[in-house]
Amino acid sequence: MDFQTFLQQLVNGASLGSMYALIAIGYTMVYGVLRLINFAHGDLMMVGAFMTLIISELGLPFEASVLIAIIITALVGILTDKIAYKPLRDAPKISLLITAIGISFFLENLFTVVFGGIPRAFKAPEYLTKIFHLGEVYLPISVIIIPTVTLLVLAIVLWILYKTKYGMAIRALAFDINTVRLMGINADRIIMIVFIIGSSLAAIGGIFYAISYPSIDPLMGIIVGLKAFAAAVLGGIGSVGGAVIGGFILGFTEIFVVASFPELGGYKDAFAFFFLILVLLFKPTGIMGQDLERGRF
Amino acid sequence: MLKVEDLEVKYGVISALRGINLNVKAGSIVTLIGANGAGKTSTLNAIVNSVKKSGKVIFNGNNISKLKTDKIVKSGLCLVPEGRKIFINLTVHENLKMGAFNNSENFDELSHKVYERFPRLKQKINQMGGTLSGGEQQMLAIGRALMGEPRMLMLDEPSLGLAPKIIGEVFEIITELKEDIPILLVEQNAFAALQIADYGYVLENGEISLEDEAKNLLGNDAVRAKYLGG
Repeated sequence: MDFQTFLQQLVNGASLGSMYALIAIGYTMVYGVLRLINFAHGDLMMVGAFMTLIISELGLPFEASVLIAIIITALVGILTDKIAYKPLRDAPKISLLITAIGISFFLENLFTVVFGGIPRAFKAPEYLTKIFHLGEVYLPISVIIIPTVTLLVLAIVLWILYKTKYGMAIRALAFDINTVRLMGINADRIIMIVFIIGSSLAAIGGIFYAISYPSIDPLMGIIVGLKAFAAAVLGGIGSVGGAVIGGFILGFTEIFVVASFPELGGYKDAFAFFFLILVLLFKPTGIMGQDLERGRF
Repeated sequence: MLKVEDLEVKYGVISALRGINLNVKAGSIVTLIGANGAGKTSTLNAIVNSVKKSGKVIFNGNNISKLKTDKIVKSGLCLVPEGRKIFINLTVHENLKMGAFNNSENFDELSHKVYERFPRLKQKINQMGGTLSGGEQQMLAIGRALMGEPRMLMLDEPSLGLAPKIIGEVFEIITELKEDIPILLVEQNAFAALQIADYGYVLENGEISLEDEAKNLLGNDAVRAKYLGG
């Protein structure tokens, strides 16, 4: 692999990794407060991408559609918590997990029924897909924008978690929900904030995904969601920084393995799960993960 | 200040509390003593509604029986839970911030007071809660509770797992507090608790078997035999 190709793959990897990272943050934060692997989370990226497409088809400008789609996705996240998860706060965790899988099926099928299962073309505005050359390297503008926005979003999330009292309450929730209530804090409201953050990031990730791979369908969230989940576990579930690192590792590996061994291209989806198995075998707490019971962000 | 009537708690088919009555007056320390499993912690958890219960809880003239835990705490009735439950993944300072969640505007003044009262916490202001010793954690737990400016404090086994010297310090602080904040103190360490309390209840198998002025309980033969080691 010559240097140019290397650079080319590096940017591609950063861009793909960013999408995994954005979605993985939601997995890890919800896990932190509820001890729940929210399997419906991957489908929220589909909701984000789909709503952007539908709303822009209604005639609104792309930027406005993105904003509205993020808000709708956040609302879907809040509603799943209020309707499906909240009644199960004191139930065994396995009931919560099964409910999450149910919500995932529900969202996939709801969108299939309403919008049809045929993949649709996602039209991003030209300024996002324009390609410029840097020497021999071809760069669509999106591969610059995507990692930049991701790092910006990460900075905002970390700022919320460590500098605001709501973020502290989110971290405190990772320790114990009853003690948080004893502080006079409405724990359900804090959990709602987590769902707002996680769902909005999933929507952003989904929109980025649709810009880079401009064909979307109601089942697009399944495989990307699972990979983002693998990224969250790889980085250490419960750790926001870990989720980002895990996302980037997966993104880079996927791109580089396919670039170096094109004959393995058909297996590219398998790498994430190969990593997942390795992590679970040798370091179940992941790269940044603390002891699960200490659940530190 | 706090009046509990006919409080009952059931875990499945097992009755943990079978209808108890308690009364805590302003400016006093009331203690609830009893053996392991007598229902002491259940009583406190039922008062703040973190377990299912039946019965009536009146705080400051308001019926708080149906309020959610966070609303009860917001109304000024604060519980320092058994095992202290310090947020081990938050720093000492952040733990205090959590205590002042609904009282942020007074944070600076109140945290200053807490650090004055517990100088040892001031030295560890940026350490994780999990790195503190048991005694320091208990002080932090009390300090954290004070950050919400509670009207009444309930302490669950503050002496649990502490060295005798530290227990003395903690109990001294509790005595200082009672002037401003009435206290309901749950203790297995009956002797220490009765010494600083004004009034005491003895809990046995989910029922109040005895209640009296603390000094009378200290002299009571049955109590001495059972809880004070003869």
